[in-house]
Amino acid sequence: MNIIFAGVGGQGVLTASEVLARAAMNEGLDCKKSEVHGMAQRGGSVLSHVRFGSRVHSPVIPAGGADFLVAFEMLEGLRHAHNLKPSGTVIVNRLEVHPLTTFTGPGYPTDIQEQLASIGAKVVVLPGQDLAASAGDVRAAGSALLGALSILLPFKAASWEDAFAGTFKPSAAELNIRAFGLGRGWVSGNLV
Amino acid sequence: MGTKIVKLMSGNEAIARGAYEAGVRVATGYPGTPATEILQSLSAFPGLHAEWSVNEKVALEVASGASIAGARAICAMKHVGLNVASDPLMTLSYTGVGGGLVIVSADDPGHHSSQNEQDNRNYAAFSKIPMLEPSDSAEALSFTRLAFEISERFDTPVLIRTTTRVSHSESVAKPGTPSIPGPPPGPAKLPGKYVMIPGVSEERHRLAEERLDRLKEFAEGFEGNTVERHGNEVGIITSGISYQYVREAVPDASVLKLGMGYPLPARMVREFAASVRELFVVEELDPFMEAQVLSLGVRVKGKLTNPGFLPLVGELNPDIVASAFGKETGLKHPPVSGLPLRPPCLCPGCPHRGVLYALNRHGYFVAGDIGCYTLGFMEPLSAIHTTLCMGAGIGQAHGMLKAMEAGGEASPHRRKVAAVIGDSTFLHSGITSLLNTLYNRGGGTVFILDNRTTAMTGLQPHPGTGRTLMGGLSGRSDIRDIVRGLGIKDVSVVDPYNLKPIEKLLSMEPPEDAPRVVIARRPCVLLTKDKPAKAYAVNASACAGCGECLMLACPAISFVDGHSEIEAALCTGCSLCKQVCAFGAITL
Repeated sequence: MNIIFAGVGGQGVLTASEVLARAAMNEGLDCKKSEVHGMAQRGGSVLSHVRFGSRVHSPVIPAGGADFLVAFEMLEGLRHAHNLKPSGTVIVNRLEVHPLTTFTGPGYPTDIQEQLASIGAKVVVLPGQDLAASAGDVRAAGSALLGALSILLPFKAASWEDAFAGTFKPSAAELNIRAFGLGRGWVSGNLV
Repeated sequence: MGTKIVKLMSGNEAIARGAYEAGVRVATGYPGTPATEILQSLSAFPGLHAEWSVNEKVALEVASGASIAGARAICAMKHVGLNVASDPLMTLSYTGVGGGLVIVSADDPGHHSSQNEQDNRNYAAFSKIPMLEPSDSAEALSFTRLAFEISERFDTPVLIRTTTRVSHSESVAKPGTPSIPGPPPGPAKLPGKYVMIPGVSEERHRLAEERLDRLKEFAEGFEGNTVERHGNEVGIITSGISYQYVREAVPDASVLKLGMGYPLPARMVREFAASVRELFVVEELDPFMEAQVLSLGVRVKGKLTNPGFLPLVGELNPDIVASAFGKETGLKHPPVSGLPLRPPCLCPGCPHRGVLYALNRHGYFVAGDIGCYTLGFMEPLSAIHTTLCMGAGIGQAHGMLKAMEAGGEASPHRRKVAAVIGDSTFLHSGITSLLNTLYNRGGGTVFILDNRTTAMTGLQPHPGTGRTLMGGLSGRSDIRDIVRGLGIKDVSVVDPYNLKPIEKLLSMEPPEDAPRVVIARRPCVLLTKDKPAKAYAVNASACAGCGECLMLACPAISFVDGHSEIEAALCTGCSLCKQVCAFGAITL
């Protein structure tokens, strides 16, 4: 199973991918996670790959090999959508963060949802900011996205809870598990 | 696979764990992506001393001292850091070690966060020391333990070479039992081993060459050198992360995986070559292994023999390797083209922004350095015009000014040259350059952007902060005192949130035969981000849409429907946009 996380530096992309990787390991699976730190992180596009299964070799997902794309921001979803398998699903946060380059370069696309659909992927647009705000902190949007993803993965609830507990301090873990539950609930209420 | 005894860890965490389990007593380094987390992880373990040394050369010298005292020591840095440490490295190969000495070079193929992507496997051959190349976290842990044994058995420093995709990927590894060493015996007086004067060093060189022969023999049976049989058609020699790409992309090939990337096991290579119809080398960057295989007289296909087979530039991935073997990749759609780029940028409230903006506005040529401020090279700040290596900017600026003055006829543009360097970089290798400018009667302006931390690599402390890696306090070295101590008279301290004094300085002629040093002092906004922010806002009816505030390249400011807008959630209240707005349209 191959999952790409994409977003903007500071949104918690690496933390969310960490939670998923820990949950997969809690399921007894081999797991690898790959990302870059340092200069690449300063407010720019951020990308993390998580792979799990009985045996994983490359930490980097082969081109066009992603089963899921979890995008924290609409444009970053579109930027990486080509890496989805034809059967893949993109779970994207309904949030636009306009980069400075739109002042001089190409403008922010206005038809991202349509473009995502035209690639052939199944598209789930989640109100992640609202769900996270209801959970108590807008910064927990990534956990709401993970909640939506969790519907589509066969992981036990305990694997997720242990993963949150291992990633966050106790008070933050509670908040993020709440956002996770809201994301999961939103998808089961709106898609099934 | 049980969940209780294995852990998900990054390659860097695994190296730290392996060093701890091997009983390391002294760990040194200088922050640098992708190596930083090795020392950070080590500092959390009990029973050892871990330090951010002021630079990599010092770090390796400290580690070598610990080794001479009989303790196991590790020294970790990014690839370009080993250039700084190459002076002690080359002769440490001759002296050998007391306690085991392991040097970690974390290379950055694809230059994700580096000024180059040099292949530090070459340093193993250049310095004639053995090199191990882990391909995942489990190997990072076990190879680090083995490296200490090899170091002591063969009386040699050992290089562990990782890459970004090993150091920063997480995978499953199994922590072992640490051995807690007692105090070391202390340094032994062995002038024939440790005093590298000409007569002694010649003998030690001869021993190093003999050692290399014994290491070649050792490599034949080294447990990290393995053959995986998948038929006798295609055989691939590979190492490190390239091994994982090979297994992913060419699962039907037999593989000779070299955990010891230098020196190569000649018999093993020849036997493997004889067992397959066609032999390839798959490696990132330089044709390092291929050249050695060819020198054995073995026919092989790689970058040297088949130009274009694999790229010499950038990192590999499963798709590049698959294509090299004529296999289709899975990409069904091309990437969407024409999307707005989202490059990394200075944070809202970054204290570097004001100085960079002012330098650009005043038309300066700026010799830059390595740090977050390097991002000021991008439009619209456009304020950094060179970036070479740690500490280079001050010397470059001096050279430019001398070139424009030499022969007594000064270029009219001479005053508009400045150097910009951060606090950690200045303490790493800027002090000597500044002393050189002073000594050689150089002029110009040097900005030291003192944000009280090593920001780009994740807020590490340095001698100017008064804190250490292990969390203790130390005497804080004041940068103004250091500069004055060199003998520089013209030193001022400014607040980079206040543009007027900076602009006034830039409009004044600097002295011709002595450097003018300006210390822009304010803590990195990431150190102070939990404080409540006061957000500025744009009064749309007053905004003329001139775009001047956009020249600050602040991520909180965007341009919508003909006027500027400030995203309140991002604004930290630094007030620079208010200061540059000629229409009074920006207020609290």
